[in-house]
Amino acid sequence: MKNKIRQNILAAVISTTMLSGGAFAEDVRMMWYSDGVEGEVMSDLLDRFMKKNPDINVILDNVAYQVIQEQLPIALEAGNGPDIARVTNIKAQAKHWLDLTPHLSNAEYWRKSFGDKADWMRPDGSNAITGFMTQLTLTGGYANKTLFEQANVPLPGAKATWDEWVDASAKVAANQQLVAAFAVDRSGHRISGPNVSFGANYIAADGKPNSVDEGTKAFVKKLVDWTNEGKHYRDVWVSAAGSSYRSAAEEFINAQVPFYYSGSWQISNLATKIGDDFDWVATGSPCGTAACSGLAGGAALVAIKYTKHPKAVARVMDYLASAEVVKEFSERTLFIPAHTGLSGRDLNFDTKSEQVKAALSGFMDASANVAPNALALPAWKYASAYYGALATRTSQAMAGELTLDQAFSRMDSDIAEKVK
Amino acid sequence: MALFKNFSIGAALAVPISYLANAVDVPLRWWQRVAGQGGMISFFLIPNMLIFAMFVIVPLAINIVYSVTGGTELFLTERSYVGTEHFDRLLDCSEYTDPNSCREDLFWIAIWNTVKFVFTQVSIMVLIAMITALILNGKIRARGFWRAVFFFPVLLSPVVVGLIWQWMLQRQGVFNFFLFQFDMESINWLTERSWAFGAAVGVSVWAHVGFYVLILLAGLQAIPKDLYEAAEMDGTKPGRAFWRITLPLLWPNLLVVIVLALIRAVQIFDEVYVLTGGGPGTSNLYLTQYIYEVGFASILRNPGVASAASLIMALVLVVLTLAQLGLTRWRDKQ
Amino acid sequence: MNIASFLTARRGKSRWDWTDYFTFSWLGFGLIIMFGPAVWLTLSSFKSPAQLSEFPPTVLPYVAQTVEVEVRGQKKQLPLYEVKLDTGETKVLAELRRIGIISKLVDPADPETTYKVNIKQRTPVREIGLATENYTKPLKDFNFGQFLYNSVFVTVFATLITLVTNSMAAFALSKYQFRGRNGVLLVVIGTLMIPISVIIVPLYSVISSVGLLNSLWGVILPTVATPTGVFLLRQYMLTIPDELLEAARMDDASEWQIYWRIVLPLTAPALAVLAIFSVVWRWNDFLWPLIVLGRKELFTLQVGLNTFAGELNVQWHFILAMTVASMIPVVIVFVFLQRYITTGIAGSGVK
Repeated sequence: MKNKIRQNILAAVISTTMLSGGAFAEDVRMMWYSDGVEGEVMSDLLDRFMKKNPDINVILDNVAYQVIQEQLPIALEAGNGPDIARVTNIKAQAKHWLDLTPHLSNAEYWRKSFGDKADWMRPDGSNAITGFMTQLTLTGGYANKTLFEQANVPLPGAKATWDEWVDASAKVAANQQLVAAFAVDRSGHRISGPNVSFGANYIAADGKPNSVDEGTKAFVKKLVDWTNEGKHYRDVWVSAAGSSYRSAAEEFINAQVPFYYSGSWQISNLATKIGDDFDWVATGSPCGTAACSGLAGGAALVAIKYTKHPKAVARVMDYLASAEVVKEFSERTLFIPAHTGLSGRDLNFDTKSEQVKAALSGFMDASANVAPNALALPAWKYASAYYGALATRTSQAMAGELTLDQAFSRMDSDIAEKVK
Repeated sequence: MALFKNFSIGAALAVPISYLANAVDVPLRWWQRVAGQGGMISFFLIPNMLIFAMFVIVPLAINIVYSVTGGTELFLTERSYVGTEHFDRLLDCSEYTDPNSCREDLFWIAIWNTVKFVFTQVSIMVLIAMITALILNGKIRARGFWRAVFFFPVLLSPVVVGLIWQWMLQRQGVFNFFLFQFDMESINWLTERSWAFGAAVGVSVWAHVGFYVLILLAGLQAIPKDLYEAAEMDGTKPGRAFWRITLPLLWPNLLVVIVLALIRAVQIFDEVYVLTGGGPGTSNLYLTQYIYEVGFASILRNPGVASAASLIMALVLVVLTLAQLGLTRWRDKQ
Repeated sequence: MNIASFLTARRGKSRWDWTDYFTFSWLGFGLIIMFGPAVWLTLSSFKSPAQLSEFPPTVLPYVAQTVEVEVRGQKKQLPLYEVKLDTGETKVLAELRRIGIISKLVDPADPETTYKVNIKQRTPVREIGLATENYTKPLKDFNFGQFLYNSVFVTVFATLITLVTNSMAAFALSKYQFRGRNGVLLVVIGTLMIPISVIIVPLYSVISSVGLLNSLWGVILPTVATPTGVFLLRQYMLTIPDELLEAARMDDASEWQIYWRIVLPLTAPALAVLAIFSVVWRWNDFLWPLIVLGRKELFTLQVGLNTFAGELNVQWHFILAMTVASMIPVVIVFVFLQRYITTGIAGSGVK
């Protein structure tokens, strides 16, 4: 009887040790969001990493973008959160990122390949290496070529203005009985490129925010007017309060609007969901009075300061930042890489669609047109305060709650509250 | 009232539970000998009180500290004392009834929206509950069935409620279909400011009225039937009977229902948030969502202001709850 | 019960009174508006996305009849339509794609010729059927089972803890006289006035500092010590005669045994009501789990559904299907336990 008990205990101990063999591995949690297929690609890349490095277990948390925007910041403030995260609000939260320099195998490689954008993800004046951009993005427009053809309206040319694009799209919408002429994502970041194209400058000489100037006022006024005229698809902006993000991609994918202003990160999503339902093109950013500029940016993969496994995190980051992995990731996700050693044109993007290839090279061409006022924004720490105020107050103006003047003065006070 | 129709389930569970209870008795007897009745009282009270203390009292105290300190940090040690700055900011208005004249306009928009909502929703809901309860109290068959019909939405989660109505009220939803049948224009129920408020009230009434129907119905059924028979024999018209008999006897219950509904309405968030996200613009932005956004979700976060706002909200709720308790006591005395 | 006499039951008089009309219409309207949305939701959830975007909408779900056509070397399943061509004849064609108001169709027998037709000229060929892939696809991708498990876990444990702790506290507050009893009662009343929405910000940091963030216990613990429950049980326990307890004490029963063997069984009806309340409250909790849970695998059903709806934006066919799936447990509870729930709430008379 005694022997049996001992045998049972031994068996139990052995089996639990075997089952928990993975428990000896270090857990690294990565919080990730996807615009298109990046989640699957990243999962595949991490599986290969874990095979080569069995002592590290990377857990990929695929969450909605809203979680990154709304819940991650609180977790970070409380000293919690994942070990690595893919974020877009990089500069404003820079104090939470970990300086990887002491743990990296080759810090020089990092400085060479990602150094030019490093200011986007570290506090002013710091020299830290906190992560790298998963892609470079540029805001810009997409047009539904098939709808334009069906309506017999020619696509506006390369230097067409916002007015020309909206008028042409309105003709298409009327002809094809569509719900609106164009749609824009609900985001202050999205309309900042057009603001700059009308001459806006957010950054004052001392690095503090300027009050809302003529350029911003000009474009926001146009946007609100177009909303009141029914040309802008208002549901996206009006269906939420505050600074919540809402994407308007579905409207474009369902061929409900002929023109959609978003950014290059949508290419993979659009390619997958539209398939060959209709022909679409990337149009670059329409022109304002001062420029035809979009806004550069991107999401970054950063290491979090509160991680308990900095060395493991550094090894994961080293793997993901290596040239071969960046190349494969970009080719499969149809993203433009941020690696200075890799040009987008050298990549063999994983797509058979000529449309996608044309869209990608369209965006790469458009990146030469980014105005200096827009180039400075990703590295500016008050940018997200500006974007938040723009989104909140513009949507109130669209809903008819505020007049434009009231909206502008509210934007100023919202931004001023954040500058403390 | 047995919850399990099948007694063997209950019996099967009872065996290990009673075994556990008997096992626990041994150390507890010892404790009773050592600490006396006072010790046992503490034993019974402590689990519940501990949870109250940790998860209600302490946060409330922290709330007060947050409201007088500044910054976006969550750790108390990282925050700096700012006195009544947040309260000043919240209450800084040249004209209290016009949110646009206020420094923290979103807070006042939330307050006035909540006031509008509370009055509208509670009056409509109590009226509908009253009428329904009266009807169900009459001579109808299958009262249980009808009770269940009205109660069904109460069980649905607010997310489900919000999604169902979002589906029906959207541009191409069923409601616009009815309008289409009558050759009327589609209404943007959820993206026009005036309609969206109505939609929020309507959905909220739909989701909760059944609960109050039950309470009022119980109150009505407690009124002795012979009072009505006597009135009928005296030739009293039904209308008068309502004013003279029903209403006075139902009044205590009705008051409790109204205060309960008010307390719940002040905290409105879940289903309206799912339905409208606070929009269009800010027409459906209520206090709880304001606190949630300013405390957590917005890019322009400020926990201090959120705490100050929540303390103001707590004040209102304290008043209402005291009223409810007082009224319950008064009703039970009747 | 006889349906006919049920439907025609009226106020005892032989002719119809205005109150009868009113009653009938009120109840009829009530039936439609209370059950209707759920029924409409379920019907809609079985429709394909193309059918969902039709306006005016159809009542029943249809499945489009499809045919396999080889177009440009690729075999595809294309939906069939009856098309009135400009030449006047009517043909059954397969639709390649539809953009705006133009539909591009091919003849299944002759896939090389395409027809371009205004969408008004075509009507779908279809039969009544269910688009069950609306359910199967997200159930695979959407961790519905995991969310369901989390919700059940939270509800069951929260209810158990609530029943135990609330009854213990109610017992102490009702059956014992002690100094400070009124003080404790005051504290309980105080917590009644502090609903969770008022303390979410600091509660978050408390939960975070005890390490219960991103844990189901972090969802459970703050919600279990319901003051309503304590009051409800206390009211009920006050009606239990003290002589019973005295007799038991003389028989050498310990206080715990008095609680467990005498008071608790006698409080069973109130416990049942509290249990039902607790189950409904915890199952439907939204705001607090939304704040505490960041990891997808921990989401409860409500939070998961909300995130799901947010992620998918306007892919209604999936959202509707998952909403119906979330509703099913509640409907089951409703069908079986509704009688107890409604009599319980009516009997207690207070929330």
